[in-house]
Amino acid sequence: MPTEPVARFQIELTRFVAADGAALPPLPDFATDEKLLATLYRAMVFVRAFDAKAVALQRTGRLGTYASSLGQEAVGTGAASAMRPEDVLLPSFRDQAAMLGRGVTPLEMLLYWGGDERGSDFAGPRQDFPISVPVASHIPHAAGVALAFKLRHEKRVALCIFGDGATSKGDFYEALNMAGVWQLPLVMLINNNQWAISVPRSTQSAAQTLAQKAIAAGIPGEQVDGNDVIAVRDRVGKALDKARTGGGPTLIEALTYRLGDHTTSDDARRYRDDATVSPHWHEEPIARLRQFMLAQGAWSREREEAALADAATAVDSAMEEYLATPKRPAASMFDHLFATLPPGQASQRTELGDA
Amino acid sequence: MPDVTLVQAIDLALGRALADDPTVVLLGEDIGTDGGVFRATDGLLARYGAERVLDTPLAEAGIAGVSIGLAAQGFRPVAEIQFMAFAYACLDQMINHAARLRTRTQGRLTCPIVLRMPCGGGIHAPEHHSESGEACFTNVPGLRVVIPSSPARAYGLLLAAIRDPDPVLFLEPARLYRSQREAVEDTGIALPLDRCIVLREGADIALVGWGGVVPDMLAAARVLADQGTEAEVIDVATLVPLDADTILASVAKTGRCVVCHEAALTGGFGAEIAARLAGPGLLSLLAPVERVTGYDTVLPLPRLEEAHRPSVARILAAAHRALAHG
Repeated sequence: MPTEPVARFQIELTRFVAADGAALPPLPDFATDEKLLATLYRAMVFVRAFDAKAVALQRTGRLGTYASSLGQEAVGTGAASAMRPEDVLLPSFRDQAAMLGRGVTPLEMLLYWGGDERGSDFAGPRQDFPISVPVASHIPHAAGVALAFKLRHEKRVALCIFGDGATSKGDFYEALNMAGVWQLPLVMLINNNQWAISVPRSTQSAAQTLAQKAIAAGIPGEQVDGNDVIAVRDRVGKALDKARTGGGPTLIEALTYRLGDHTTSDDARRYRDDATVSPHWHEEPIARLRQFMLAQGAWSREREEAALADAATAVDSAMEEYLATPKRPAASMFDHLFATLPPGQASQRTELGDA
Repeated sequence: MPDVTLVQAIDLALGRALADDPTVVLLGEDIGTDGGVFRATDGLLARYGAERVLDTPLAEAGIAGVSIGLAAQGFRPVAEIQFMAFAYACLDQMINHAARLRTRTQGRLTCPIVLRMPCGGGIHAPEHHSESGEACFTNVPGLRVVIPSSPARAYGLLLAAIRDPDPVLFLEPARLYRSQREAVEDTGIALPLDRCIVLREGADIALVGWGGVVPDMLAAARVLADQGTEAEVIDVATLVPLDADTILASVAKTGRCVVCHEAALTGGFGAEIAARLAGPGLLSLLAPVERVTGYDTVLPLPRLEEAHRPSVARILAAAHRALAHG
């Protein structure tokens, strides 16, 4: 035969904790760190409580459209826990777990979804990007941030999170390609929750995995069980370490499931029935880690109750602060248009007045 | 002081910016070894190295997006888009991100990028190489839109654009890249980014335009002068923010105005100027505002492109119509 194979690839899936909480050894060292596990668990519990409160606020007319991350809490929680403060996160609109993990406050999150730009002026992670609503359009920004790190010879990494639908867009491919060409310190994390609003993963791409899209750009791609926070933390952490030490970019596809609607404006029953969704409740990340910790003797009913109570208290406190925050003066819409407001807008601002 | 072309003046300004400011980086397709398809970055890779002058993969939206990420990290990226038609792929990045990053983050992250590109016709280029798409960008709050019409103004305005702390779309009329030479001293002195430039004073009629039509307006003014009419010629130069005061002051004096641009008529930026004249300038007007523009057609291929663009004859005809009033 005058033909020969010239390229081969294989995509690995990493999972350390089975859906029922059973350990799948060998585990990473940190999986025996009870304090760390408790921190991850409490973070996921907090995100779930926060999402529930945000949806309730939207339903009662006190918050705008909101995208819950129900069932996907491990993706952002695990990823953020692996990052260093000096790294930069570029989130999508369902990445509250990662953002809260980075130190964005619940109040800031509520202000943003409540329609107030101050919610993206993070007091904590000052260099992290605001939420990108246009799908995939922030992935090239992440490549730019990573290029800045590389040009300055800094040991920092950009981490960009986006959904399965984003991997169908040109921005994703353009950024992926540049990341490969320039060997950028960039980790691209797909929150593959199987649904882009109503379009299922099977309609999104004929590719067997989304991770293999990395191969076309000459960079490594892999899958991780996105409902296993230990696996997410481990694999994202290793990709961050690799990028930080000059090893280049990685694409990680986290496999999870969107248990809720796309957003509060969506009714998922129009395109999927309960029988489709309900099996995935047996794979969700919080119960999984709880079972794992109980089996290790690292968790208790008292700790569980304390975690739930602490989350509820903190969420309520953020909600009250949010509801008590007055809106800004209308003229503030001009405040940050340019470094110096041109005369044309200055007169429009005057016309609007100080109301 | 050497006489240089407009494209050489661009190269001069880029070199000056690279020398003056270590945060300036250039990126784009073929800008490195090749020096850009028009040679606007000629010699810069050799002088400043591959960490300052970056050849990119062929991906316009990616170039704009990467520039935004660099800018948020404190760089001042100057990105070349090879031809303006390919900048339409950047609209998402420029509108949804570059123009509003400062507002969205309340000044926490900013976007001092320059997206520079050749625009306009007149060089017998292939299809999709002669766009005048400025109006796609002038309606985007948060973006500046700048277009020089001479080597010296290209040098001064580009330096200003690079030093500006906000995103700038910098349009370079391709027909003017090599059509004229003038003395440009590499002084590092920038021009203001919010001023129209009065190229010729006259009391009888104002000719207002930008980019590739500016030499045509000047030629028309010379003909009018021979006919005993003194035209004021204004190069708008910075479309956004628009220096309406200079235009209004000119029309307060002349009472007549012809607005010229290569882009199509309907929704063209000339409509904004006409609207300003019909508003605060109305009582100054002695004649309807004339617009001489590209026709509302798909831009024809090179055999017909000259028939599409504003000609000296069309500018003169419009001026004569305006002068015939009152």
